[in-house]
Amino acid sequence: MKSAAPTVIIDRVSLSFGDRILFDNLSLRLDGGRTTCILGPSGCGKSTLLKLIAGSGPFPFTGSIHLNPQETKREVAWMGQNDLLLPWLSLIDNVLLGARLRHELTEDKRKQARSLLLAAGLGDHAQALPATLSGGMRQRGALLRTLMEGRDILLMDEPFSALDALTRMRLQDLAAGMISGRTVVLVTHDPMEALRLADRILVLAGSPVRLAADLQPPGRPPRDPGRPEITRQYADLLKMLMNGDGV
Amino acid sequence: MMKALRPFLLAAGLLALWQILVIATEVPPYILPGPWPVAKALATHLPALVGHLATTGTEIVMGLVFGTLLGTSCALSMIVSPLLKRWMLPLLVISQALPVFALAPMLVLWFGYGMASKIAMAVLIIFFPVTSSFYYGMQRTESDLLDLARIMGAKPLAVLRLIIIPSALPTFAAGVRTATAVAPIGAVVGEWVGSSSGLGFYMLHANARMQIDLMFAALVLLALVSLLLYAVVDRFLAKLIFWEPKKG
Repeated sequence: MKSAAPTVIIDRVSLSFGDRILFDNLSLRLDGGRTTCILGPSGCGKSTLLKLIAGSGPFPFTGSIHLNPQETKREVAWMGQNDLLLPWLSLIDNVLLGARLRHELTEDKRKQARSLLLAAGLGDHAQALPATLSGGMRQRGALLRTLMEGRDILLMDEPFSALDALTRMRLQDLAAGMISGRTVVLVTHDPMEALRLADRILVLAGSPVRLAADLQPPGRPPRDPGRPEITRQYADLLKMLMNGDGV
Repeated sequence: MMKALRPFLLAAGLLALWQILVIATEVPPYILPGPWPVAKALATHLPALVGHLATTGTEIVMGLVFGTLLGTSCALSMIVSPLLKRWMLPLLVISQALPVFALAPMLVLWFGYGMASKIAMAVLIIFFPVTSSFYYGMQRTESDLLDLARIMGAKPLAVLRLIIIPSALPTFAAGVRTATAVAPIGAVVGEWVGSSSGLGFYMLHANARMQIDLMFAALVLLALVSLLLYAVVDRFLAKLIFWEPKKG
């Protein structure tokens, strides 16, 4: 399944909000089975692009977003900045939310959820309510709920931005192992997060937004932030983002 | 410790205030009796009062149950069907524009002198707070949650059951608490207009015979039962919304 994860093709997409042109014939190719991190300044349209891929926003855009190989239905899993755990459901029921919402809950799914919780170090908290968990545990729960969907495409919108630095690092390490092999599109404003997790980094800049840089960090995720080449690329990315238009 | 003592201290304070008012104003007992004559009247007429309390209590509880059922059904149908919502929202507003107390004589005419007209009165009074709190609670479900459910390919009824209804429960609970506080008004007003039993009926009789201490005894009993009912409903709602942090 993992090797067949589809490529997402964004083909000449244009979108405006009133007088403001957000995308003007934007074309990107997000490789199948790889993690692509999209970096860019706030408000440049990163999250909107993710919503267009998910097909969840009521945005009237022109152009097309399709998959290669073509699938009859674009099935994605979503993880956002907020964990969106339902406070009235236990952690394991939150992890199983998609199955419950589709009336597909089976004993096999329960077993799978339990083993995911164990792998994420949450085995003892399966029956706990979200309010009793720390921010890091909740976000781990949200990650497991996303993975539990078993979708080939994962869309992640600043998934770890609300966490403290240490918890974020730990969660990035956990996520890197768990999301490997799927088509992951991860939007972030943190260059180090992109450098740690991405197979490929796309830097968006300008208005209307355009692709300002396309990088492939060396080695495999999760990368050690202390590596000299990572530190150097981090400085370059920061400079690029500070300059605004990325060139 | 203080939490357990608080209701008793509050009751003692109110009784003291009442007694001070009686002494300070020197009002004759047939206008404002003191706490002691009222307590004596309560003890003397307890069997009769309890009999009437059973009637009023049944009317209040039945009104609360039917009013809550009707209110939640209306709110749910407005959420499920936009067409029904367009028709029912104006009706809901009209139901509140009418002075409900003015309807009491008509309700007695239509439903008779028995319990049915008082239950209908209580239902009419609590219907609006229950419907509006539940409906607006469901409407304010976090949009990110609904987006997530949509991306997950959720079935509409499952979204309603697992996300929308639980999201609305805290707001709904506020409406039910208000309804519980006002339900006794409906039952008693109904009894004033026409009945043969109940605390409202007993108060009217006592008033007509200038037994003001007995009237107050009925009032005290009604207040105690209303407080008890509120406490029970409040405890039930706190258990229902178990994920909400306890306050106060």
